[in-house]
Amino acid sequence: MAIWVARSRNIITQYFLKTKNNCPFDQNYFLFHTNSSYKSRNRFGFLDCQSATFMAFRRFESVRAGEQAEAVAYGNEDGHENQGIDFPGGRVAFTPQMKFISESTDKRIPCYRVLDDDGYSIPGSIFEQVDKETAVKMYKSMVTLQIMDTIFHEAQRQGRISFYLTSTGEEAINIATAAALTPDDIILPQYREPGILLWRGFTLQEFANQCFGTKDDYGKGRQMPIHYSSKEHNYFAVSSPIATQLPQAAGVAYSLKMDNKEACVVAFMGDGGTSEGDFHAGLNFAAVMEAPVLFFCRNNGWAISTPISEQFRSDGVVVKGQGYGIRSIRIDGNDTLAVYSAIHAAREMVIHEQKPILVEALTYRVGHHSTSDDSTKYRPMDEIEHWKTARHPMSKFRKWVQRNGWWTDDEETELRGIIRKQVLNAIQMADKTEKPSLDNLFTDVYDCLPLNLQEQEKSLRETIKRHQQDFPADVPL
Amino acid sequence: MASSLRRIARLSLISRYTSTDGRWNTLRGLSTATDDLNSPNQCWTSNKPVNLFSAINQALHIALETDPRAYVFGEDVGFGGVFRCTTGLADRFGKRRVFNTPLCEQGIVGFAIGLAAMGNRAIAEIQFADYIFPAFDQIVNEAAKFRYRSGNQFNCGGLTIRAPYGAVGHGGHYHSQSPEAFFCHVPGIKVVIPRSPQQAKGLLLSCIRDPNPVVFFEPKWLYRLAVEEVPEQDFMLPLSEAEVIREGSDITLVGWGAQLSIMEQACVEAEKDGISCELIDLKTLIPWDKETVEASVNKTGRLLVSHEAPITGGFGAEISASIVERCFLRLEAPVARVCGLDTPFPLVFEPFYLPTKNKMLDAIKSTVNY
Repeated sequence: MAIWVARSRNIITQYFLKTKNNCPFDQNYFLFHTNSSYKSRNRFGFLDCQSATFMAFRRFESVRAGEQAEAVAYGNEDGHENQGIDFPGGRVAFTPQMKFISESTDKRIPCYRVLDDDGYSIPGSIFEQVDKETAVKMYKSMVTLQIMDTIFHEAQRQGRISFYLTSTGEEAINIATAAALTPDDIILPQYREPGILLWRGFTLQEFANQCFGTKDDYGKGRQMPIHYSSKEHNYFAVSSPIATQLPQAAGVAYSLKMDNKEACVVAFMGDGGTSEGDFHAGLNFAAVMEAPVLFFCRNNGWAISTPISEQFRSDGVVVKGQGYGIRSIRIDGNDTLAVYSAIHAAREMVIHEQKPILVEALTYRVGHHSTSDDSTKYRPMDEIEHWKTARHPMSKFRKWVQRNGWWTDDEETELRGIIRKQVLNAIQMADKTEKPSLDNLFTDVYDCLPLNLQEQEKSLRETIKRHQQDFPADVPL
Repeated sequence: MASSLRRIARLSLISRYTSTDGRWNTLRGLSTATDDLNSPNQCWTSNKPVNLFSAINQALHIALETDPRAYVFGEDVGFGGVFRCTTGLADRFGKRRVFNTPLCEQGIVGFAIGLAAMGNRAIAEIQFADYIFPAFDQIVNEAAKFRYRSGNQFNCGGLTIRAPYGAVGHGGHYHSQSPEAFFCHVPGIKVVIPRSPQQAKGLLLSCIRDPNPVVFFEPKWLYRLAVEEVPEQDFMLPLSEAEVIREGSDITLVGWGAQLSIMEQACVEAEKDGISCELIDLKTLIPWDKETVEASVNKTGRLLVSHEAPITGGFGAEISASIVERCFLRLEAPVARVCGLDTPFPLVFEPFYLPTKNKMLDAIKSTVNY
């Protein structure tokens, strides 16, 4: 209750205080009160006691300091009734106690999970039902992502592409999140979320085209490998700077809000990204603007070589939400069903309450940061091995799927053979495809070519004529 | 003393803008040469004298009125803005389209990029150009590359960032700077600076409607000081087109924004000594109109560039280098630069720091007599 009061605006606070004796509301309700009859639109039983208030209380009807908290008796724990100050944002009680708020909670925020390490659903766990077709598609997509990562990584090692970065260990986050969204939801990626594109139909050939920088790459060969973008799939261009997408997400979401779209923005970041100023900017703007953004933090323990113990204090990422007035949840990022259920529920809240949510998924970056990194230099092999085997998200999800009778070892073998062949074919094809032509160096800086670029293109072409040997032969002039 | 002199000097120039004598008509005649560009069907029915912040305000009213997907926001924008540029907008267009943001420049620009990427016109205000630097990453790494990096699948061309810049007589380090050169090093954005109310309105409307992200620096010293007849209706002035605002034959002077009024005074003084100066308002710094400057220097054989920003690495250096490349054999003297000093922008020493009329006059004479 205390948490709720702190996060709520004044009017809501008063509502609760006045009704607290009969409001069926507690922490357990707040976390997840869902059940298998979870299909109806307004299924958040736990919000019933305040949903009317929430829905009526939209950003644009807010709040001037003096108008609030009129003559409502205010009590606090210390029993000092009516001792308070009307202050912008709501009435604040006075207290004679000089109490500092603790720097962290006594207990760490628990982590929502559905499947145990052996792939059994935990008795009493509450989750979104997944049918056979979805479950199998999710598992197959994870296998595809895993094989793509393995072969593309190998291709980089062979010098066929300049760079690569795997999602190994984070397959559940990638695929289960994608599965819980609709294609209309707009993705503002960090860079370790190619599984969303895969789920949405971006083909292995399209991935290869980007990594090889072919003429068929939608980014026209301008960005490093793995910097995918697809307008068709509502997937904004990956950009290397960390967390810059977060304030942008608030702007994209504000547009959805103004257009009354039944969609939200999902903005990804890693644990390191939460230290950036743009993390603060993004969450604060989304909260204040009441923008429908689902902020998804993949807390995989490592920002290149920096462990989270050197990244932040307090209890990780999930607790940061409350400071911004953003509802948040910590989930097991290696539990496919937990990710799927939490994102499904969060999406509903984000869209129908028109406000952001922060999800912290605990996971582990099993691979190196990228092909430019050797993580064995800064973390123990057995730690990596543990997460690669015992805690790997795919192994326990596979157990669950197989136990349901939806998947067999034979199907597994067959699928892996097919995907492997497809990935190799895509790579071979991309390797043979010519690069984008030289004019693509100059276009798209602006909507049309300004004079300085026209001059520079002309000058460069003359240089090329004189010194053709200086330039790559595979770029068509 | 010197500071107030400078202010008076600006005032006298401004009053000349508003007068109906021949000088003003000449200026106006030149500056309206491109006015028919936007709407051949419109005739200019009513030109009222307004100051620069009111001209900006008119442009924002028109931008919001003519495009339901246009938004105006920034720190303290809701009540009309600390410079009153957004007065009346929230009342007329509602708080969904005109609103305050948290005090966070990277947030303002990041939010604006996202909004623009969805096909909206995002008109973001940074309260002072001195405070734009937290947003530098969003402008340089995000806005400027948004179209290029996605192969033109996405763009944030609807983005316009407005920021008051430049000296104001008492602004010290953090209310006076002219940071335009930082942004002129960034392919993918445009940088535009108006010199007067009429220019401000026409150029701002062009920036808002331009399909590329634009940083629009407003000369805050002129917000109230510059008064000029401005057409009430919707009109646009072309970007990347410089304008000869005073014709001359002995030397070309190139500048932008508030500095043009100081340069204008130097031209008038020089004329008394028999030196005929041609004055060019660059207006758009990138991509800039080399051809107009080149043609002028080919005529006069001499060039002086002036800006308030520190001389080293200033945009004057770029103009100087480009014109030397193009007009080397025609130049009769080294290109002169009269700019701010390479110090932080000072308070007490502001009159020493600034590129004043007499500093310019000295440079004009020594260039002509080289």
